[in-house]
Amino acid sequence: MGLREKLADLRDQGLQDIRQSEDLKRVNEIRVKMLGKKGPITSVLRGMRELSAEERPKVGQFANKVRDELTAAIETKRAELEQAAMNAKLAAQTIDVTLPGTPVAQGEPHVIQQIIDQVVDLFVSMGYEVAVGDEVEQEVYNFEKLNLPKDHPARDMQDTFYVTSSVLMRTQTSPMQARMLEKHDFSQGPLKMISPGKVYRRDTDDATHSHQFHQIEGMVVGKNITMADLKGTLETVAQSLFGDKLKVRLRPSYFPFTEPSVEADITCFNCLGKGCAICKHTGWIEVLGAGMVHPNVLKMSGVDPEEYGGFAFGLGPDRFAMLKYGVDDIRNFYLNDVRFLNQFDQKG
Amino acid sequence: MKVSYQWLQEYLDLDVDPRDLAEKIARTSVDINDVYSLSDGLKKIVVGEVIECKNHPDSDHLHICQVDVGEEAPIQIVCGAPNVQAGKKVIVALHGARIADNQKIKRGKIRGVESNGMLCALQEIGFSDKIAPKDYEEGIYFLPNDSQNGDSVFKYLGMDDTIIDTDVTPNRGDMLSIYGNVNDIAAFYRLKPHFKELAVKEESAEKTADLVQTDIEDSQIAPTYKLRVIKGVQIADSPLWLQIRLWNSGIRPVNNVVDVTNYILLKYGQPLHSYDYDQLPAHNFGVRHANEGEEFVTLDGDEQKLKETDIVVTVNDQPVALAGTMGGQGTAVNDNTTTVALEAAIFDSVMVRKQARRLDLHSESSMRFERGINPATVETALNEAAEMIKELAGGTITAGIVTGSEAPAVDKSIKLSLTKVNHVLGTKLTMDQVEDIFDRLAFDYHQDSDDQLTVIAPARRWDISIAADLYEEIARIYGYDNLPSTLPTMTRNRGGLTPRQRFIRASRHDLEGMGLTQAISYSLTTVEKAKQFQITPLNEPMKLDFPMSSDHVATRMNIISGLLNDVAYNVARNVENVALYEQGRVFLPKGDERPEEQEHLAGAVTGQLVANSWNKKDQPVDFFQLKGIVERYMHNMGIAGQISFVPTTARPEMHPGRTADIKIDNELVGFIGQVHPQTAKEYKIPETYVFELNLEALLATPKIENEYTAISKYPSITRDIALLVDADVENATIVKAIKQKGGAFLKEVHLFDVYAGSHLPVGKKSLAYTLTYQDNNGTLTEEQVNSAFDKVTTFLKDKVDAEIR
Repeated sequence: MGLREKLADLRDQGLQDIRQSEDLKRVNEIRVKMLGKKGPITSVLRGMRELSAEERPKVGQFANKVRDELTAAIETKRAELEQAAMNAKLAAQTIDVTLPGTPVAQGEPHVIQQIIDQVVDLFVSMGYEVAVGDEVEQEVYNFEKLNLPKDHPARDMQDTFYVTSSVLMRTQTSPMQARMLEKHDFSQGPLKMISPGKVYRRDTDDATHSHQFHQIEGMVVGKNITMADLKGTLETVAQSLFGDKLKVRLRPSYFPFTEPSVEADITCFNCLGKGCAICKHTGWIEVLGAGMVHPNVLKMSGVDPEEYGGFAFGLGPDRFAMLKYGVDDIRNFYLNDVRFLNQFDQKG
Repeated sequence: MKVSYQWLQEYLDLDVDPRDLAEKIARTSVDINDVYSLSDGLKKIVVGEVIECKNHPDSDHLHICQVDVGEEAPIQIVCGAPNVQAGKKVIVALHGARIADNQKIKRGKIRGVESNGMLCALQEIGFSDKIAPKDYEEGIYFLPNDSQNGDSVFKYLGMDDTIIDTDVTPNRGDMLSIYGNVNDIAAFYRLKPHFKELAVKEESAEKTADLVQTDIEDSQIAPTYKLRVIKGVQIADSPLWLQIRLWNSGIRPVNNVVDVTNYILLKYGQPLHSYDYDQLPAHNFGVRHANEGEEFVTLDGDEQKLKETDIVVTVNDQPVALAGTMGGQGTAVNDNTTTVALEAAIFDSVMVRKQARRLDLHSESSMRFERGINPATVETALNEAAEMIKELAGGTITAGIVTGSEAPAVDKSIKLSLTKVNHVLGTKLTMDQVEDIFDRLAFDYHQDSDDQLTVIAPARRWDISIAADLYEEIARIYGYDNLPSTLPTMTRNRGGLTPRQRFIRASRHDLEGMGLTQAISYSLTTVEKAKQFQITPLNEPMKLDFPMSSDHVATRMNIISGLLNDVAYNVARNVENVALYEQGRVFLPKGDERPEEQEHLAGAVTGQLVANSWNKKDQPVDFFQLKGIVERYMHNMGIAGQISFVPTTARPEMHPGRTADIKIDNELVGFIGQVHPQTAKEYKIPETYVFELNLEALLATPKIENEYTAISKYPSITRDIALLVDADVENATIVKAIKQKGGAFLKEVHLFDVYAGSHLPVGKKSLAYTLTYQDNNGTLTEEQVNSAFDKVTTFLKDKVDAEIR
């Protein structure tokens, strides 16, 4: 048998062994046995000395070809086996991806806080400052300086928790109107402020009344502030809180500290004005009270009503939240049932 | 006020749907509560005539009636009313009718006798007891004899009228009368009202002044006080048209005299009071404040104990009425009255308000006195009432009015600048447009210059006194819808949150990120709860003068107690995992007029911070979990000072072994720990961990800014050390000691194990730390680290008597 035949035999035998091997260890053994320095191909090649000069390169070439073929087969087999091993390993690691993810601790802002923050952010973006007042207030700031002298009938509208004859739990955030008017340096420009906070009324708690609730007071006083500005401002608030398509309408109303006074209604966001249970079939929902700051209020705070004027408004985040989410009982806001609080967790 | 559309139509040529009118009133004048007809929801209710009425054979009270309902043959109806009788016109609910409370009437058999409908009382077709006349209390209602059988009853009873129920603000007292409504509606619809006044005809020579006298000493109580006398009246029911006016306005018809006073009250907004002249102990009228403790029986039979703030009408100094509020029992007009003394007055609004409020006697009269009375129509109303009584009850009106006091009806001149009007409203109105509005309102005016107008606000609009009031008139008549919509234009405005506001907001977001949900609890609580859990205890909270409920009497001096109420509320509803925080005020009385209001931040956690899941179970919250949150929060807020947690046994509501005061550089800023099991029991809550921080202290303390330091490029080397120490040696002491002797390269000390138990001697514990060394400028050698580490171990042996394991 010639060298060529021997090499061909070795090749066939080798390829068969490689094909039949089932693990990497076996493949490695074959590689060492076949291609190693003491392997059969090397020993066959040693017999080349006996070949003729023209035979020698041909056999040499053939031998290299056999070696390459075997090497390639080994590599292919090895890759195949490695892939299979990896596949088996991954198969063993398979999990049920439909199992729930591990819960993460995450708290939520209170729904009223969310509304307050939204309103505050809107006004801050329009250049307002935020002024936070005391919850225990002097009577003069809660009433007198807001054009509500003693025995004014409008005081009956606000049953008050008194502490002493001159100190009370504020019934409204409006005292900040007077305090800010007194404080503001009008030579530095107009006063634009918003004042959110808790207020208190001497009320029995039920589904629609709470002895504690929230208000956001807003006021702009300067030299060129008009009622049209008030209307535009309220439209901006309503649309930012409830949606772009909503309209605002003003109706006459009465607050001692504004004249003219108005209530602002917005298009019912539920039925968009068609009429539904939420808006009592009027198509409109009352959302806030407003007006042009009463000259007496300006005067009492040392601001000349001939030179300066402006508007003020007050809105109730509790009422906003009740309207926006259909909350049917105001007490929910202060009982802090976590199942209630966690409903308002959408941040997108 | 319940305003009758049909009544308005008497004085105005209205050509609008009542609902549109109501909408327009709401947009221009006053708010609307409701728009309705008494016939709403009712059907198939017709006039019937009882032809025959026999007793039911099987009943002692039922009657079998044959009733003509305008059909070919009469129908048979069984009726239980005691007053049913043949020949009367009655209200018949036919088969298929719908009566009050949405009840359906069907034909059927009553004790074996066929009945094809029902004869109705007014209440059965929706009249409330408050407005249904007393005469028919015990039975069915009889319609006028000229009613047409088979006709719907609605028009006969005024039930087809539309009622616009207005909600009048305190300033618009003028809208509490038909007169005021007519004037306002005329203005916004550009109508000419044809308001009818009835002139008085005195046919008696007898002088009123000979019958009654009045001396008003204190005209502050009654700025206007007037009397008339009508002699020889005959008390009877009023005609139906008048009764309808009243019941559609929510007032029950009583008799022809009382009904006239109420009719005039509605028409002019002028309350009147009628006295039975002969029942009065004397006839010299006066008004005065009541004497303290004076007793008086009002016409509802209640005995009132009066106070000095109350006001009374007197004769011979004896009270005969609570001025402006309610008359007296003995002197009211009754069926036997023949002479009527009629009073028209203006009583002080504040005094009436206080009296009505104090005695809970709010009435149609007191409501009007409280909001003011038109001084221009007091006499008109008195005259018209006298004339109407004469027409309806007969008798003669004696000559003259007796006047005790009289407030003049003053029209006010107000100067108005067109420029200012447009400046305030943001409009571009012309002088013609403004004048047109005052024409519509029927206010006189004269133009002083191109820009100046003097407007005369009539006395009937006593709410108007300054230019701003006129701006409102212009705006509402011009229409708020027609105002442009703009935003304030101005320069130099930099809004934004203050650093304080940003800090508070960041605090909230930080705690939410760590799993606590924001609660907002009540600031008003019990005295006991207000005093608990104070960071630096004060004695007594601020208390309300006159609280509404025993649960809310004092302002809180801590936030935790409110959160524990919230925890209890949740736990009682089987919510086991509660993790809440609250940011809000506490109120600390410190001797000033008002308490100091401090912003605090508090948290309460019970159960688990994260609910059990399939792969993570049973991790009940403990001290260290909450402490981790507080530490992280304080880190995030950039507190520059040294924060320490100092064990305390001094807080009575807290677990003595699991509570720490929180200090920044030795200043107390709050505390953290487990609620004392005894306190927890009182709140009905399970094991709960809480913290409270004084945000004012955190705001005031120096902060560190974020700053960049290069990360060392050189490797770090670690050494572990386990120490056996006495059980009462604190981790803080050891860490401090390690850091003290750690050397320049010690970067971090990390506690990785704490052990106490069976493998250790009693009274000992083992703490294990990893110390990390690193040099920013080079690679540390083993020798450098060993040398530094040795110093630490030696020091610990000495300092805390540690055995190095």
